[in-house]
This record gives sequence, C-alpha cells and structure tokens, in this order.
Amino acid sequence: MIIGLPHYLVVSGILLALGLFTISTRRNAVAMLMGVELILNAGILNLVAFSRFNPNPVGGQVFGIFGIVLAASEAVVALAIVLQLYRAFRSVDASESAEMKE
Amino acid sequence: MKLIHFSGLFLIPLFPLIGAFYAGAFGLKIHRRFGEKAIHFPTVILPWCSFVVAVAAVIRLATSGHETALVQHLWQWLHFESLDADLAFQMDRLSAVMVLVVTFVGSLIHVYSIGYMHDDPSYWRFFSYLNLFMFSMLTLVLADNFLLMFVGWEGVGLCSYLLISFWYTDVEKAKAGMKAFVVNRIGDAGFSLGLFLVFWGLFGVWTHGEINAATHHETAAVEAESHDGEHGGALSVTSVKFREVERILHDPARREAFTSQHWGGVSLVTLACILLFVGATGKSAQIPLYVWLPDAMAGPTPVSALIHAATMVTAGVYMVARLHFLFALSPVAMSVVATTGAATALFAATIGLFQYDIKKVLAYSTVSQLGFMFVAVGVGAYWVGIFHLMTHAFFKACLFLGSGSVIMGCHHEQDMRKMGGLRKLMPITAITYLLSCCAIAGFPFFSGFFSKDEILWKAFTTGNLAFNTQGFWLWMIAAVAALCTSFYMFRSYYMTFSGEYRGGHAAHGHDGHDDHDAHDAHGHSGAPHESPVTMTAVLSVLAFMAVVGGYIGLPHLWHMPNFFEAWLEPIFEHTEHALHWAHKPLSLEWGLMAFSIVVAFTGFFAARWLYRNNTNPIPGKLVNTDNKLIRGVHQFVFRKYMVDEAYQVAIIDNTIYTAKGLSWFDKWIVDGIVNLCGLIGRTMGMIQGFIDRVFVDGLVNLVAEAILFGGRHLRKVQTGRIQSYVYALVGGALAVVVFMYAIT
Amino acid sequence: MTTSGIGAVVFYALMALTIAGGAIVAFSRNIVRSAFALLATFMGVAGMYAMLSADFVAIVQLMVYVGGILILILFAVMLTSHISEVSVSNKSMGVFSSAVMAFAIACILIYTAVTVAWPGHITPAQPTTAGIGNALLSDYVLPFELISVLLFAALLGGVTLAHGGPKNKKAPEAEDSNGEAK
Repeated sequence: MIIGLPHYLVVSGILLALGLFTISTRRNAVAMLMGVELILNAGILNLVAFSRFNPNPVGGQVFGIFGIVLAASEAVVALAIVLQLYRAFRSVDASESAEMKE
Repeated sequence: MKLIHFSGLFLIPLFPLIGAFYAGAFGLKIHRRFGEKAIHFPTVILPWCSFVVAVAAVIRLATSGHETALVQHLWQWLHFESLDADLAFQMDRLSAVMVLVVTFVGSLIHVYSIGYMHDDPSYWRFFSYLNLFMFSMLTLVLADNFLLMFVGWEGVGLCSYLLISFWYTDVEKAKAGMKAFVVNRIGDAGFSLGLFLVFWGLFGVWTHGEINAATHHETAAVEAESHDGEHGGALSVTSVKFREVERILHDPARREAFTSQHWGGVSLVTLACILLFVGATGKSAQIPLYVWLPDAMAGPTPVSALIHAATMVTAGVYMVARLHFLFALSPVAMSVVATTGAATALFAATIGLFQYDIKKVLAYSTVSQLGFMFVAVGVGAYWVGIFHLMTHAFFKACLFLGSGSVIMGCHHEQDMRKMGGLRKLMPITAITYLLSCCAIAGFPFFSGFFSKDEILWKAFTTGNLAFNTQGFWLWMIAAVAALCTSFYMFRSYYMTFSGEYRGGHAAHGHDGHDDHDAHDAHGHSGAPHESPVTMTAVLSVLAFMAVVGGYIGLPHLWHMPNFFEAWLEPIFEHTEHALHWAHKPLSLEWGLMAFSIVVAFTGFFAARWLYRNNTNPIPGKLVNTDNKLIRGVHQFVFRKYMVDEAYQVAIIDNTIYTAKGLSWFDKWIVDGIVNLCGLIGRTMGMIQGFIDRVFVDGLVNLVAEAILFGGRHLRKVQTGRIQSYVYALVGGALAVVVFMYAIT
Repeated sequence: MTTSGIGAVVFYALMALTIAGGAIVAFSRNIVRSAFALLATFMGVAGMYAMLSADFVAIVQLMVYVGGILILILFAVMLTSHISEVSVSNKSMGVFSSAVMAFAIACILIYTAVTVAWPGHITPAQPTTAGIGNALLSDYVLPFELISVLLFAALLGGVTLAHGGPKNKKAPEAEDSNGEAK
C-alpha cells in the first residue's frame, strides 16, 4: 500500500471534526481549549503535508512553525483568561460566564 | 611579539567579579544573618587569589623570553568587516606591572577596609563595589583591544561614581559622585571620539589603494613571518587589538599613509591623540577636567586610596603608555600631554599649599603627581611614567590610608587645624605617614626620589616635543611643583602629628559632615586612638613598599642595574627609534640630581619652620593679615583659583541660561504659533460646527437611530454561548463548500 | 512522496494513535484523561511530521506542544477543576447536533481528500532545518518579526491577565532596603 497526500488529509480532516465536536459539546473552557488545539494540529498537519508535495518544501513548514507559535500564544492568553474566569466565577463553565454580556 | 597562551589569565578579573556578585547579590541577607565576617572573608580573599594568579602569570611571562605576551582568547565578541573585538586578555610586561600594582595595593586596601568600614550598615555594598572596581580595573589593564579596554574604562568610572556617593543619603556626597560622573563623561566622549578617529584613519590606510596595493604583498609576507599563526597571517588590515595596530603602524608605508592624513588642517593622528588625551584628563584628573577629584574625597577613605590615588586615576597614564606607538607619531600631541601634565602638577601643588582638609591636601597632591606622570609619558619616557605610577601607588595609598586612620582616630574630623599631637597617640600611623611623606617629597633613597628625579631629568633632556626649549620649561615647572609638594606634604604631617592635640572632645567632633555613619559605635572616649591591627598592618606594608619600591629602578648615573627599565624595554623599544634625547654631560646630571635633593629639603625645612608643633605664628598671621594683596592671593589660591566658580559661571550657568532661553522661545514663540494655529482651527471649527449641527447632524442622527434600532434586535444573536458561535461558523463553512461543489 | 511496506505500517500506527487520542479528547468524560489523550495526539502528529521529512517541525511540535502547551493545559486543569469531583468534570451538551455537524465536516473533507487529483511532486527526503533557518531570515523575515511581536504581546497579555486586574493587586512588595534597613 502506498501512503500519499490523501492519507494525511484524511487524518487531518478527522482531527478537525473531533476538535469541532469537542468545542461544541464541552462546557468546560479548558476542554474547549483542547478542542482548539486539535483543530490547530489538523491545520498544521495539512500545511506540512502539502509542503512535502511541493517543489519548495520549506514554505509550508515555516508556516507550520508560525502556526505552532500562534497556538502557543493562543494557549497562553486563553489559559490566562480561564484562570481569571475561574477567579471571578469559581467555575470554568463557559456557559455560566455568559452573564458577562450584560 | 611572541604570544603564549596562558589559560589562567581570565581568573585574575574573574575572582573579584565573583566577590562582587556574592556580596552584591546576597550581601544584605548574609550580612544580616551571619554578620560582617561572612562578607569580608570571601571578598577580601578573592582579590588575594587574583594577586596569586597574577604573580604566577608574571613569573611565566618573565621566564618565557624577551619579547613575549601572555594571551587568552575567551570568546568572540564583535566581528564586523575588519573590526575584530574579542573578549580576550593579554598580559605583556606593561600590563603585568599594572596588574601587580592593582592586585597588590587593591588587596591590601580590602584588608584595610575591614577595619575602616566596620559597623557600617552597608558593609556588604561597600565590598561588592570594591570588588567590582577591581574587576573593571583588571579588565582595563588586561584588555587586548581598544573596545574591551573601553569597557573596563567605563566600568571603573561607574564604580568610582558608586563609591564616591557611597553614603548617598548625604546630598553633598551624592552631588560629588554626580560631578565625578558628569566630568568623566566629558572625558569619555573625547576618548571614544579619539578611538573612532584612530580607526577611521587606519581604515583610510586600507582604502588608500595604490600605496597598499604595492606594499601589500611584502607586508603580507612580513606579517606572515612576524606573526605567529594566531590568525594565520590573515589580511586583517585594521584591527582593534593593540598589538595588531602597533604592528600595522610599524610598517613604514602604512605609517606614512596614516600620518599623512589630515582633517580640517590638523593632522589626523594629532587630533586623535589629543582626543584620547581628553579622555585621560577626565579619568586622571588633569586640567581642565580635574575638578571632580578633590570632591571625590567625599567617598570612604579606602576608596580614595584605591580608586582616587593608586589605581583608577592612573588609567589615563596607562592608556597613554599603552598607546605610545600612536602618541610617538605626533610631537604636537606629546607636547600637549607634557605641558598639560606640568601645568597640572604646578597648579594643583599650589592649591595644596593652603588646604586644611587633610584629604583635600592629598587629593591635590594626587592631581599634581598625576601631572608628573603625564610629563613623563608626554616627553617620551614611558617607562618612567609607569615607574612613577607604581611608586606613587604605594606612597599615596599609604598616605591616604594613614589619613583614614587619623580621621577615624579623631572621630571623623578632617580639618588639620583640629588635629595635632597625634604622633604619641597613633605611633604606627605617624611613622608610616612620615615615611611616605619622605617618599613623595623625593628624599634620597626613598622610592619617590628615583622616579621623580628620573622624570625631571627626562623632561630636561627630551627632544620629542614640538618646540626645542620646551623641555627646559617643563623641567622648571616640575621642579617648582616638586618644591611645593615637599612643602605641603610636610605641612600636613606637622599639622597633624606634631604639637598638642587641638581637637578636644567638644560635641564629639560632630560639626555637620559626619552624621551619616555608624563608626561612632566604637566609642567616643574623646582622645584619638590607634586604629585596629588590620589597618596598621596594611599601613606598615605600604610604607615599606614606599621606601624600597624605588630600588628596582635605580638611575643609570649610579651605574646600578635598572631592572624596571629593562623589564619594560621590549614594550617600548619599537617606539624608541622615533624618540630623541639630548646628550648632556654627566656633571649636569649629577647637578640636577643634587638640585632636586635641595628642592626636597627646602620644602621640608620650610614646612618644619612654619608648622612644627604649630607654634610658629607666621602662618596664622599670613591668613589673618590686613594686607589686601596677600589676603586676596591667599583667598584666591585657597579657594582653588575659583575654578569651580568659573566653571559654574562659564559652563553650567550658561547651559542653564541656554536652557531657559530655549524654554522661553518654546513657550512664547513656538507655543504662540501653535496657539495661533489652534485659534484659527477653532474659528473654522465653529463655523463648520454650525453647518454641522443644522444639516449634517440630522442625517447622522437618522443613521444612528437606525443602527441603534438594529443593534437592539441583533443583540439577541450575541448569546455569549460559544457553542452557538461554533454552529454558525461551521454551518457557514459547510454551506460555502457545498455551494462550491454544487456549481462545479 | 510515497511510502510503502514498513512505512505504511508505521503510518497507520501513528494514525491510530492520533485519532484514538483525538477521540478520547472529544468523548471522555474525565478531563484529566482528555488532557493525557491530547498527549497521544500530539505525539502521533509529531510522528507524522517526521514521516513527512519535516524533522524540524516535528521537534518543534514535541517541544512546544508537548513540552509547553500541554503542560499549561494540565496546569489549568489542575488549578480549575475540583479534583475531588474530577470524574464528572467534563460535562457535555448538545451532543447530537454537534455530532451531526462534525460528521458532516468530516465527510466533506474526506470526500475532497480522496477524490481530488492532487498534484504530487516527489522530492527525495532531506533535512530541512537549514532551509527553514535561511527562509526565516530571508523570505519570511517580515512574518517572522510579526510573529515575534505577537508572541511578545501574548506574553504581556498572559501576564497581565493572570496577574489579575487592579482589584486583585496585592500590596506593593517591600522596597529594596539597599543597606539602609539595618
């Protein structure tokens, strides 16, 4: 059997779907963050896979690294927000904090 | 020059750095918990470790042949085109002298500080700064390139500032620190400009094209053989390494190309040397930038001894000696150096004649002695300058530490009029002080005699200055300065140690300038007392060195071996061919030597006659005379020729006036224009506002109302539930994808 | 690139690891377990990068994701969950509609991946670290700088947020006593 680009894309697609599912079903903000990480991983996997089948393999990988950096920044800020939420509401249930909108 | 790798070289500056870090980072806690011992044991032992390593290095250097240098390349720092600054140390024979002096005197002064700083609440801070200073100074003297030397140069300036304003709660002392810092900045600006000019000039050599294209091959060949494979005969035509620059300038064609460059009618090399010398005047307290040094006496006395007498202030002399190959190219610059030195020597010595503060006397004496050193390096007698630097380090450190001992004994009294009779109470201090006085005054067979006499002789016979007879005049000025030196030093000795104690114990000697410290803790029994053994032992060692330190450099006249000159000969021998000395008959040399002995004794007897036991009424009469002229002159000299006031009027006030003028301009002219523009704008705005209110607002309000209405209803979409957002997002994306599939 | 034989076995193993991890993240009711399953996913994806001859990205993935982000997440989990009731710490809701949505997305993506004729350009696998380094400082220097600024901003933002606004500010720390304290 030959492993080519579609295989990676399928894995990435499944990861994306799992991530979306995680985000939309969980009420725990940290768990939602995990979903976001799954989605980001799916995206970066796509970038790297495409770059492998490109004459210039570097570009996609560079943006993959940028993606990882973005994920790191996002995780930092999001977790800081989660901690603040927890401090304010003694809970990390994202739906409970909807009262902030008023 | 043969280079030998010596891997212990970096330890010399490293040890004090460790001490500085230890005491600086953890000192407060350690001091509180374990007391002073935990502070001073490491920080005093580490400089001694440096000294031991330095001795080992010097032995290695001395046993490894004539023209050698120890080097250690730690790591690459800046490499850019032909700039090649590395963190690399080099110890040649010149650095070796400096390192020995710095580590030896420095370590002794650390020991002394144990007693002097006892019970100070910031004990740890003091030792941290002192160690940091040692580190900076050793970096300065061990640096193998200009940039690293500049790092050390700035480092010692910083430590000087920190230590002068050590008792920073006293505004006067904090101000003295700032003054030193600012004045040094002026000098450092000159120094860095000089450095830039030198490299600009050297770079010019490189780009001069034809000159080098022709000579390049030969010089490359010369380089390859004279060079010992450190760079593998590289074509690094410019470099910031001292030895590389010296080698480049050693090549006649390149030297020619370098010296033939002019900038604004002035020879580039002269300009560069003068600018470098401006740096030296700042650091080494020469006219016109000497004003900070007397004020620097606000710092603790060990600091005055270490930084402002023995080591840091001699950095300028060291720098000129280190760059002798540059200075030797410009007779004008050498004349400037020598003349400034001589003028400073005389000027400061005359101020010293009438001072009453014992530390001020010593401060002006230091300025004056530094002037002597600059005379020496200015006339081309580099080894003599370094020789005097070394002997001066011993006797001046001893004098300062002795004065510190006196000040401590008298409960922080610095006014010599309130001392007297201390010989019986503080015998060791008195003897060491007296021996050092003999040394600095130039009594025969004391160290100062050999170095100072050699300076006078070299000044007399020099042929390296811009004007022929200049050497003679320099000699005259220096001889008068030597007379003054002898007089004021013995004056200070007699005022302090002879006669009866005049301090009394009224108000514990608290007259306003010593309310800062905790030394008062060790008793106010009234009568002065001898200092603890850590201090007197150091004094004895230094006094011993002050007496015998000169024997390594005996004059040729006596047909004795001059070890010191022989030791430094390899450093300066390449420059030697550019220097000329007039040949004078031996009888003249004997005569001059006798003359300088007479000068020393004249000063001594004059001081003895006037101040012994403080019974002679003449000095008192002189001060309180009604004769306006004498009184005026005395006041003028006593107030330091009004230089501080003149600077205040000429420079500082003008700066402030300029600032005020600019502020006025800013306030009325610039702001006026701005305000006018504002007024016009406002008028226009009013007109437009009218139109706006009537016509535009109607429309805008309509739109706003519409948006408000829409917002009120759309807000319900904004649920705050992330899930609904996800649904919307994914739903939209799905719709787009499906749509795309549908149309293809 | 094509891989066959043992490579394919490795790929499927990695795929299984990745997807199983993702599934546990998505479906587990225990958030601690979810967090550790995330580790499996990250490792699997890193392995895939290695198979795609993106060695540098694989290492970065390991270092940043596994070493950094995952630790952060675990931290957050431990800080915010009531450990005693950890078994029910990960409540779900709207499972059905979400499942439908995710399924639809997965179907469309897989359909696309399988049916489209991707242009396959095959180059021999070679290390790309040096190439990435050069590209970062030449072609991509502007994005590189921007991402640095972003990272810095995120750092500041994280610190500011976590430190808590003005209301949570503690009393200013004791002044540096600088020797005057004694």
